[in-house]
Amino acid sequence: MTAKQSSWLIPAAVFANNAVADEMRLNMTKGVTDISASVYDLHMIIFYICCVIGIVVFGIMFWSIIHHRKSKGVKPANFHESTKVEILWTAIPFVILIAMAFPATKTLIEMEDTSDADLTVQVTGSQWKWHYRYFEHELDYYSLLATPQAEIRNERAKSANYLLEVDRPLVIPTGQKVRFLITSDDVIHSWWVPEFAIKKDANPGFINEAWTRVNEPGIYRGQCAELCGKDHGFMPIVVIAKEPAEFKKWMAEQTAIAKQAKEEEQKLLAMNMSMEELMTLGEKAYMANCAACHQANGQGIPGVFPALKDSAIALGDVKQHIDIVVNGRAGTAMQGYGKQLGLKDLAAIVTYERNAWGNNTGDAVQAAAINEFLAGK
Amino acid sequence: MSTTNLNADNHAEEHHGAPSGIMRWLLTTNHKDIGSLYLLFSLLMFFIGGGMAMVIRAELFQPGLQIVEPDFFNQMTTVHGLIMVFGAVMPAFVGLANWMVPMMIGAPDMALPRMNNWSFWILPFAFLILLMSLFMEGGGPNFGWTFYAPLSTTYSNDSTALFVFSVHIMGISSIMGAINVIVTIFNLRAPGMTFMKMPLFVWTWLITAFLLIAVMPVLAGAVTMVLTDKYFLTSFFSAAGGGDPVMFQHIFWFFGHPEVYIMILPAFGIISQIVPTFSRKKLFGYSSMVYATASIALLSFVVWAHHMFTTGMPLAGELFFMYCTMLISVPTGVKVFNWVATMWRGSLTFEVPMMFSIAFIVLFTIGGFSGLMLAITPADFQYHDTYFVVAHFHYVLVTGAIFSIMAGAYYWLPKWTGYMFDEKLAKAHFWLSLVSVNVLFFPMHFVGLAGMPRRIPDYATQFADFNAVISIGGFAFGLSQLLFVAVVYKCIKGGEKATDQVWEGAEGLEWEVPSPAPYHTFETPPDIK
Repeated sequence: MTAKQSSWLIPAAVFANNAVADEMRLNMTKGVTDISASVYDLHMIIFYICCVIGIVVFGIMFWSIIHHRKSKGVKPANFHESTKVEILWTAIPFVILIAMAFPATKTLIEMEDTSDADLTVQVTGSQWKWHYRYFEHELDYYSLLATPQAEIRNERAKSANYLLEVDRPLVIPTGQKVRFLITSDDVIHSWWVPEFAIKKDANPGFINEAWTRVNEPGIYRGQCAELCGKDHGFMPIVVIAKEPAEFKKWMAEQTAIAKQAKEEEQKLLAMNMSMEELMTLGEKAYMANCAACHQANGQGIPGVFPALKDSAIALGDVKQHIDIVVNGRAGTAMQGYGKQLGLKDLAAIVTYERNAWGNNTGDAVQAAAINEFLAGK
Repeated sequence: MSTTNLNADNHAEEHHGAPSGIMRWLLTTNHKDIGSLYLLFSLLMFFIGGGMAMVIRAELFQPGLQIVEPDFFNQMTTVHGLIMVFGAVMPAFVGLANWMVPMMIGAPDMALPRMNNWSFWILPFAFLILLMSLFMEGGGPNFGWTFYAPLSTTYSNDSTALFVFSVHIMGISSIMGAINVIVTIFNLRAPGMTFMKMPLFVWTWLITAFLLIAVMPVLAGAVTMVLTDKYFLTSFFSAAGGGDPVMFQHIFWFFGHPEVYIMILPAFGIISQIVPTFSRKKLFGYSSMVYATASIALLSFVVWAHHMFTTGMPLAGELFFMYCTMLISVPTGVKVFNWVATMWRGSLTFEVPMMFSIAFIVLFTIGGFSGLMLAITPADFQYHDTYFVVAHFHYVLVTGAIFSIMAGAYYWLPKWTGYMFDEKLAKAHFWLSLVSVNVLFFPMHFVGLAGMPRRIPDYATQFADFNAVISIGGFAFGLSQLLFVAVVYKCIKGGEKATDQVWEGAEGLEWEVPSPAPYHTFETPPDIK
């Protein structure tokens, strides 16, 4: 966990200048959308109602505690029922509740209206990262925690956005209605950005809808809100809202980069990487994608995540090994990495797993082999 | 009636003498012995579950990972929840019911004494299984006490089967306990003890027992489906096989919401016994208290999905569950108003049970307020799964349920042991608990609103100051509870002799028998005026 991870810091540093993040807050955020503002208002109204009721009820009680003491020689009164009073204090709260239900209902109806969106983003949670796919554009990518392990393990000072920084944030335009289609690849996650007042569960096999229209450009941070296993606390969400023109520019750049990357990958097929290159790249990719479960030392967590060191898969048939890495293993926590990693990374990971920690198979698996496997089925 | 029969039985037992030593406790069918067993067991569980809370708070004292790994942290939150709900709070109420219900209705014992013995003695095994699973390879249950699928099925570790069986045993125990309470109240009331003359503790327990019988089988169904999904290739909760993970939550919370009332209705009963005693005035609005309890119980069956607003329910569903949930605050409010009206123009004294009761009324109401806030669906989207929720349910369960248990324990301790407890020590316990519990739970509202999710082992730095304060409150609250053990121990050993009535304003059948209550009470039914 030393020099190799410093490459993680570059994207982290880019977004580490948000001074607001360190400020201590006591109350719910007003957020940056009309919806989040009305949610905040609802929160404050109901809070004040509770305060008033509390002051009245506790006031009467403490009056009694102070004045109706035996030590002051008070003789107890005899009354012990009154239907009139009972009806009164059933009816008054009832009326307050009805008054409260109206604005709550109105806001809720607005929140659930996902029609007429300008842009649609599919949000997919998996252990323990988010994946974003723009429906109207040729662009999709994973978004992972960017805080280095050294900060989490207290080996280095914590940066300003500790645990709230990712390698590739979601980017959306301001002023436009953005619809989110939220789902999951494995367990239930929950996509939460407080500034948008959106919290929606990502359920495997089902799609939930949410929407936002952000008023101000900025960087907005959230976290997974539903317990999703070991690293539930380590899958933050970062959304950057840009002016529509800037968003357009960003989108053009990103789609061009994605296209170029695909083309380069095709070229790669003809090239052979050296064992050393594969191992170096493999270690980096393994740490980023595999080590959370199988651990940096390849020994897994007994009874939960299997060891790769001396394992039958890593020492056995290469095809079978590639198959598990690419497609995952149904019915277990092992997900398929075929669609989230490039051919080069996949090849490097398989090579690394077959040659690290004393797994001395000597196999150098090339990108072409992965491509062959993918084409083969 | 069968009174003569029971008398004959008791008589025979006295002749041979109760077995002594450990066999007395293993074989006992006496409601007082079984009540004591339940109470001591729940106290032990309170400290084991509390120890886990200390681990959680130690890890959260500072940002970063210091003491435990995230997976073990999740095991701690999970088992802490399970132990406190099923091991501490519920058995404590069953223990109080065992001791007090027969004495309050003028019955010689519980109606089904052998089943009573069994329903207690399977409990230690349930918790032994649960606790031992923590030492398995791969660790114990780590999916939260709510064990949402598929985290608890496809993605869980090998201890899940042990978790399922331990919950099954707890459920069987609870169902048997509930049947016993219902049969006792229906059949063994002394002549003249009509339903509307029963003390409120008896009423609330009767209603609680019906809730238990209604929902514990639902929990059993949920854990069984988790078991078959994990080990026998069914797909109740897996979309890939035609199931639905959200259905798990519907089933779980159909159990889970009545469950939270199972843990608070008997508390209402205890407070309704104590407040009139120390106000020297009859309980205000007895019948409306009974009706309010019954309406809370009925409403509890139609609000479960307010735990699931973020799962993507249709709008109509969200509205229905929001309105029903808001409605619950009406009967709950009635209860609070009635307690205040009972105190109004009473002649108040502030012995330890009363102090805990007043703290209960104030702090439980604060928990009720945050509950009302959580009912507002759009706002719930911001509160859900944050520390605001953690603050809410700890206010209703710790300063609610547990404070009421403490109040009840102090109220009846002299009747159980025959001695007054050390009041100085008990007052120290009260004040230390009151202050530390608020240092512990009140700031959780703030960190929750500021955006800290629950069930995370590490957090962003802006939450650091409050978390340090919360942890200090937690350690202080944990340590303060040792005073309670000291008070109880001293009170069992001796002290000032308690009178039969114990408290000046106390009324009811339990105060007419000697202190300590003899091994058998009301072998001939009392006269009810």
